[in-house]
Amino acid sequence: MADKSSSNAYWKANIRTIQISLVIWFVCSFGFGILLRPMLAGIKIGGTDLGFWFAQQGSILVFLVLIFAYAAKMNKLDKEHGVEE
Amino acid sequence: MDQFTLNLIVVGATFALYFGIAIWARAGSTAEFYAAGGGVHPIANGMATGADWMSAASFISMAGIIAFGGYDTSAYLMGWTGGYVLLAMLLAPYLRKFGKFTVPEFIGDRFYSGTARFIAVVCLLIISLTYVIGQMSGVGVAFSRFLEVKASTGLFIGAGVVFAYAVLGGMKGITYTQVAQYVVLIIAYTIPAIFISLNLTGNPIPGLGLFSNATSTGEPLLTTLNGLLSDLGFASYTEQHDTTLNMFLFTMSLMIGTAGLPHVIVRFFTVPKVADARSSAGWALVFIALLYLTAPAVGAMARMNLITTIYPNGVKEAPVARADVPDWVDNWEKTGLLKFDDKNGDGLINYTSSKETNELDVNKDIIVLANPEIAQLPSWVIALVAAGGLAAALSTAAGLLMAISSAVSHDLIKGQLNPAISEKNELMAARVSMAVAIGVATYLGLNPPGFAAQTVALAFGLAASSIFPALMMGIFSKRINSQGAIWGMMAGLTTTIVYIFLHKGWFFVATTASYSDADPLLGSIKSTSFGTIGAIINFGVAYVVSSMSKEPPADVQELVESIRIPKGAGAATGH
Repeated sequence: MADKSSSNAYWKANIRTIQISLVIWFVCSFGFGILLRPMLAGIKIGGTDLGFWFAQQGSILVFLVLIFAYAAKMNKLDKEHGVEE
Repeated sequence: MDQFTLNLIVVGATFALYFGIAIWARAGSTAEFYAAGGGVHPIANGMATGADWMSAASFISMAGIIAFGGYDTSAYLMGWTGGYVLLAMLLAPYLRKFGKFTVPEFIGDRFYSGTARFIAVVCLLIISLTYVIGQMSGVGVAFSRFLEVKASTGLFIGAGVVFAYAVLGGMKGITYTQVAQYVVLIIAYTIPAIFISLNLTGNPIPGLGLFSNATSTGEPLLTTLNGLLSDLGFASYTEQHDTTLNMFLFTMSLMIGTAGLPHVIVRFFTVPKVADARSSAGWALVFIALLYLTAPAVGAMARMNLITTIYPNGVKEAPVARADVPDWVDNWEKTGLLKFDDKNGDGLINYTSSKETNELDVNKDIIVLANPEIAQLPSWVIALVAAGGLAAALSTAAGLLMAISSAVSHDLIKGQLNPAISEKNELMAARVSMAVAIGVATYLGLNPPGFAAQTVALAFGLAASSIFPALMMGIFSKRINSQGAIWGMMAGLTTTIVYIFLHKGWFFVATTASYSDADPLLGSIKSTSFGTIGAIINFGVAYVVSSMSKEPPADVQELVESIRIPKGAGAATGH
């Protein structure tokens, strides 16, 4: 097992990455899709507004990008901290 | 060739494929039975997870719900996909590192308590059984329509097929069968959608077609649809009608419920490495997104096709006469899922928003299955959709039965009743409990308790309010101890169940309900959305109780340290 200080730094970096990812996750689904939809109502797209698009298409696309970005970032962190398998 | 023969050939061919795979991938050890020996490639695992997750509800029901609910139903789209982000970041990699077979096993070890493990087993059994009932009755409906047999006969055929490949193959057989089932179901879902999108908008990609111009009017499709709906007096498709609070809580409940479903979590125990658990969640979502990005287009376009079938000369003209409607109306009327009641006796199908004058009652569940017929697509597409619906229902049923059998044989028998059981006997116990679970599910599928739809809400509420918070706290906090976890799970669980029972009736006896979802107890919070509140209560109680009692022993804190780093993860083991 890696020494304590290194795995602590690794865990902190992981938590930080998760926090940033979940902020994006929240803003693009609950934010643009629900809470902020009235504010985005001015941006028209295909007979409705941007909030509708985020709720039915955009949020899912953002989720996909987020998971793969997280997986790539974590693979890099695993190597940097010497905790990869 | 007639439709019936074609259905028989296509469905028969897919079943032969599933059997062949099960025989090829026969499980020999408990590791292969429970976790496919830990050797499934992340992309194959992602596909299998997709098929496992996308049940009859996703394939058959969701687009129909969207068709009649419009924007408000976006909660399903975001909720049932956003949970995978939580899985990938908050649960899957650490549970893979933990390296055991089942979710209750982690809860039992992390909270060093047989009681905690037992509570987790009970939650798992309730969640999985309620789900599997829905799948079995879905199989019955699909069979009765497409193979023209009684629903009960269809159910027995479906149960026999699941029994054969799940009991034989275990997780390994199920995983590879689900890969094949995914391919069948996604082709069956997208092909009609592409045809219909081309037809209505000229754009072959349904998700883009939804925001394109309708070829009939030259205006955007959604504008056209809203226009038709408002002329008939229906609510607008793109506007919000639910309260923002309830929509928010409902979406969140579905998300954390998804991340807390044991049969989904267990999929991430089957990949070789921790890094694969992360990317596997991504691949699962890729394959799920193919259907979920298409579903909103299917919903909106089906609503539009339905209206133009009833009003072929425009909504301002007279509707179609009962005698002149296409065959699909007759076919579905036979199943009782579509009803025409000529209230004013003029022989025309008046489809309106008012209860007094409306004469057409369409069950939401038939939208996807009837879609190719409504759009007058070739008969091989109709046969394909039948095979796809069955693939969706069977793959989910198999995954759920797997979760049930491992909870009984591994967590109850080996974990608590008889720890000295040999691997061979444990494997036998797993197969017997799976057979019993299939029997129970078939019986309940034949005699549905009449509340299948409501119990889905209970399953999600339970997963969201009990399992997800317990797992997350077990990984991200070293301070939460066994008392905290047990009281937290009990509190989250009890409040959620009580809230659901207050609205749906105690034990779903409708007459004992004190409130209704039309006028809920707490503001606009419907019983289906309460899982989020239950989860918050679980987190809060666990935190308070833990901080008032002793911190967990050193070896448990070390366990938490070790699951947080990928290094040293072997294959999943039972010891």
